[in-house]
Amino acid sequence: MSTRTFQVWRGDADGGDFDEYDVEVNEGEVILDVVHRIQAEQAPDLAVRWNCKAGKCGSCSAEVNGMPRLMCMTRMNLFEESETVTITPLRTFPVVRDLVTDVSFNYEKAREMPAFRPPADVKPGEYRMSQVDVERSQEFRKCIECFLCQNTCHVVRDHEDNKEPFSGPRLFIRAAELDMHPLDDRDDRRDQAQDEQGLGYCNITKCCTEVCPEHIHITDNAIIPMKERIAGDRYDPLVWLGRKIFRKGKRPEDTTAAQTKTE
Amino acid sequence: MTTTEDTAVSPPPRAAITPRNLRTDSWMRGPILTVVGITIWVVYATFRVFYQGDYWVPDYHYLTPFYSPCVSEGCIPDSAHFGRFLPDSPLIPYAAVSLPFLLAFRLTCYYYRKAYYRSFWLSPPACAVPDGHAKYTGETRFPLVGQNLHRYFFYAAFLISVINTYDAILAFHSPEGFGFGLGNLVLLANVVLLWCYTFGCHSCRHVMGGRLKHFSKHPIRYRLWTISSALNNRHMMWAWITLASLALTDFYVMSVAAGWIDDLRFVN
Repeated sequence: MSTRTFQVWRGDADGGDFDEYDVEVNEGEVILDVVHRIQAEQAPDLAVRWNCKAGKCGSCSAEVNGMPRLMCMTRMNLFEESETVTITPLRTFPVVRDLVTDVSFNYEKAREMPAFRPPADVKPGEYRMSQVDVERSQEFRKCIECFLCQNTCHVVRDHEDNKEPFSGPRLFIRAAELDMHPLDDRDDRRDQAQDEQGLGYCNITKCCTEVCPEHIHITDNAIIPMKERIAGDRYDPLVWLGRKIFRKGKRPEDTTAAQTKTE
Repeated sequence: MTTTEDTAVSPPPRAAITPRNLRTDSWMRGPILTVVGITIWVVYATFRVFYQGDYWVPDYHYLTPFYSPCVSEGCIPDSAHFGRFLPDSPLIPYAAVSLPFLLAFRLTCYYYRKAYYRSFWLSPPACAVPDGHAKYTGETRFPLVGQNLHRYFFYAAFLISVINTYDAILAFHSPEGFGFGLGNLVLLANVVLLWCYTFGCHSCRHVMGGRLKHFSKHPIRYRLWTISSALNNRHMMWAWITLASLALTDFYVMSVAAGWIDDLRFVN
């Protein structure tokens, strides 16, 4: 057990500042334990959002020493005993109070996303898919919606005006999940991603991947494959020519989707 | 480069946190190393490309990758496996038909984009460190929308890797006929590493099978995609290793061609 110093940002949308706390830390504890001890012993009005304390609910997202992290998954042995640890709310979203932010931006963007649409002639209970066809999408289902990726993405973190045209990495993996889904019947996922979600804003600097607590390869497995698919649709003259000659205007995947419906 | 302190990370209704970033780790190390590494390589490569000498070892048929394919009228005839049709000028590299495509392939590579956007353009320099620019439109407009042409440069790089492989095979030569020396190992290692980089390219991964919706209908392409994906997992590593291997291979061939060292021969 040792006593460590923490600087916790306290305040709301009207302003705030760092408060300093000296807290006893035990072996094996995480940042969220420390925040709870501060609440219990020194600042009962400290606002913090948390739930599972197991890295699965995505509630306790914050920034620890400037890095977006889940507080419940950030072990204290990451830090030197003499080090002052700063804890701040997510900096991309409006602050509610102390460590709690309003993450409704992400839900608004999610509502704009067209839902999964199965083929019209396939009823629930009749979905049949090969494991090999769905495993790419399954990686993206690990997302716990902690929104650390959304928070760290510089496109909106540093440029508030981009929040309107840009949905962010969390929604890009949703777009990729559906575009790669063997039974999704929509053929406008890529257009949606490029035109409505602002995929072109992403300059693939991979911070979303770096901070993902579920270690989803957001950039390599979702964003870049979507960029490549869009490049094929829009910027590849050979693909365009081949489609004109052999497919009569249809994308190859449209043809495949049509075949699936008839199977 | 224009940089700014005026980014959106702190104003209300966001938390009014005065320091623009609170990271305490050495986040500057990555960008600095990237700038140093890429700058050194570009200076060396530029010097070698325009040097127009010591690129061919006649006894052992070693040709440096910086001069492959050698297609200038100034090329030594034996080194020009594909003819000599470009004018001999100090401003035109001997391998001017391949170098622009290789440069564009690396410039538009998804790994290098991350590297130079972070280190040279500071957009952003590191995660949760403010962007160096007040305005940001990403790759939505000219010229950066051109990054979408990466696939074409991949096709070109693929062909050039085939040519490099051909050069490495032709280099099993000595004045007595077949021969094998340390230079062959260097050329072969470079070619293998180039294939690891090229085959692990994100565009290659897409072309091999990433574009498909139903892997189960295309087992061979699925297999190719899995191999490409395995290499793609280490794309950054291959990117740096191949920069080093290209420069070291070139330097070795230059050293032997200039007579600074003798090639260690195993056979003939």
